[in-house]
Amino acid sequence: MKTFHVEGGIHPEYRKERTQENAIVALPMPKILCLPLKQHAGAPAEPVVSSGKRVKKGDLLAKPQGAVSAPIHAPTSGTVVDITDMTAPHPSGLAQKTIVLRPDGKDEWGALPPPIENPFAADPAEIDARVGWAGIVGLGGAAFPSAIKFGLRSKKPDILVLNGAECEPYLTCDDRIMQEHADEVVDGARIMAHALGVSQILIAIETNKPAAIVAMTVAAAGYPAVVVMPIPVQYPMGSEKHLTKAVTGRETPAGKMTADIGVVVHNVATARAVREAVRFGWPLISRVITLSGAGLTRGMNIKVPLGTMVVDLIEFCGGFKDGIAPQRLISGGPMMGHPLPSLDVPVIKGTCGILALTKAEINEQPAGPCIRCGGCVSVCPCGLVPLEMAAFIRHDNLEQAEQIGVRDCVSCGSCSYICPSHIPLVQYFNYAKGKLNAADRDHRKQERLKGLVEGRMARMEKQRKAKAEAAATAAAAKKAQAAATAAAAAAAGTATAAAPPTETPKASA
Amino acid sequence: MLLAVGSLAVIGATLGSVLGIAARYLAVESDPLEKDLQELLPGSQCGQCGYVGCGQAAVALAKGEAPVTLCIPGGKAVAEKLAKRLGMAADLSGHKDAEPVYAVIDESKCIGCLRCLNECSTDAIIGAPKQIHTVLVDNCHGCSKCYNTCPTLAVSMNKINVNLNDWHWQKPKLRTKRTKH
Repeated sequence: MKTFHVEGGIHPEYRKERTQENAIVALPMPKILCLPLKQHAGAPAEPVVSSGKRVKKGDLLAKPQGAVSAPIHAPTSGTVVDITDMTAPHPSGLAQKTIVLRPDGKDEWGALPPPIENPFAADPAEIDARVGWAGIVGLGGAAFPSAIKFGLRSKKPDILVLNGAECEPYLTCDDRIMQEHADEVVDGARIMAHALGVSQILIAIETNKPAAIVAMTVAAAGYPAVVVMPIPVQYPMGSEKHLTKAVTGRETPAGKMTADIGVVVHNVATARAVREAVRFGWPLISRVITLSGAGLTRGMNIKVPLGTMVVDLIEFCGGFKDGIAPQRLISGGPMMGHPLPSLDVPVIKGTCGILALTKAEINEQPAGPCIRCGGCVSVCPCGLVPLEMAAFIRHDNLEQAEQIGVRDCVSCGSCSYICPSHIPLVQYFNYAKGKLNAADRDHRKQERLKGLVEGRMARMEKQRKAKAEAAATAAAAKKAQAAATAAAAAAAGTATAAAPPTETPKASA
Repeated sequence: MLLAVGSLAVIGATLGSVLGIAARYLAVESDPLEKDLQELLPGSQCGQCGYVGCGQAAVALAKGEAPVTLCIPGGKAVAEKLAKRLGMAADLSGHKDAEPVYAVIDESKCIGCLRCLNECSTDAIIGAPKQIHTVLVDNCHGCSKCYNTCPTLAVSMNKINVNLNDWHWQKPKLRTKRTKH
């Protein structure tokens, strides 16, 4: 099938050679697992266990709360030791509530929901519910709850794109999954397509993964609806909107989703997780991640139980090279990943790789002045003008930066990569987007408070009126009663004195 | 000649009366500037600016009696908007936003007197007579009215800590190349 041209982008060194040929190995069960309550986009989950509780593999540990959330299940059998604040695997290094589980080494499954025997005959709502129950989130890194994405069938999409681009350097976990579990990925994709009500599945794989392309093509051979599409190697091809453009030619309007133009995109690892939830009733309790970077003794692709500490993984890879701590430790890819605050943080659902990068690999340089070469403009895959946006943001003129589209930036970092003056362009945009979102949140809170104030004032007014009315009625009743008493007194007195005394002065006036 | 004068006079009279009627029936009662300013203010009637509510603050701003930085919860963002609407240049470089706070009631000190509850403009405090009161954190806008009114000093104003949902990247600090002189 024809692929379409995508504007902009860069061609960084792949640096995938180190782990591309390494088969996925399962990590022996670590001594301790730490499961943060927020491993996904949206509201954190709410624990349903307390410390001391014995759980089995697959048991629910925390239930979702709010519209966008996901549950968390026990990756193995063991005892909940504690629910406490621990450093999150997040660049802020802030603490968050974490369930600490001590595995008992038996790895016994608990009660699981029955497999959905024939998923292609099942009601799509049943598959939605199962995927939501399993706590499956997008495993490409964004960790958006998948069940919510299945709800996009209301927008009547016609194409499911399976994202096997893996355009970030170093990472090879999706590549390995496609090579080793091609049948499972294709099966998962077909289940997803059934749930979404789409008839066509496009599996997009960058041409630097020939083995994955072959394996997937073989697996998809029996299904005319499934087409494997090799796509050119160009970062950021794995970005949802750019991938959609590359394989369907449809361009997503600013501020819209791909579902608005009839395309739903899922990662290949997510498809596999969906298959396991539907066919076996397994929740999402482990994932495949890549450990790489020149700072590590061995690069590996590892199947890791969620909650494994990074320090255990590094040890499994033979530790840091020559025992020297790397210059930077990154979760995710080198382009869009984020630095980790320490080694004592766990792997969560959205972690697709851990990279230990040396000084030479990072090649950090002090920033110079902008020479207006326009390099950033030509590589921006979103058609923005990074140099101008950065100039506005540098002077905290976020309003103008927003007008020229800083919110459409996908933070791919191509501009920072290409900049000969090493200006931290994408860092400016991340700051601006964060600040604008914070302002939006503040604005929403102010609006809500305004409503509360107005409600209170209306209520006060009503109360005041009711009080005044009650007082008036009471006064009237009192007056009436007084009049009645007076009348009674008058009636009891002489009949001749019936004329009210007030009449006399009035008449004389 | 007479026709031209006559027709012009008729047109003049008609247009004049239309304008006269319009001026009477479409008249703007309040100062539009005040209305605009009030819309820019948060509208939570917290009274931290020293005026009774946002409406009175807007009036004072329109008259030029109050500085644009008067709104404490609105901070720099609101001050900038106000300055823009008033068409004046405000130097806000030295202006520090007040840290957002929320009220917390110490249950061991609360006597259930309802005084704070009556002060709260956003109904963020729940309680009943002689029952311990508590604050709904999401509804509290940190105006400190309850803090100032509590007879037993049970209310304290706590800083809102940044959490994972609110955190965002800071502005990059430029480490520029050293220039040689």
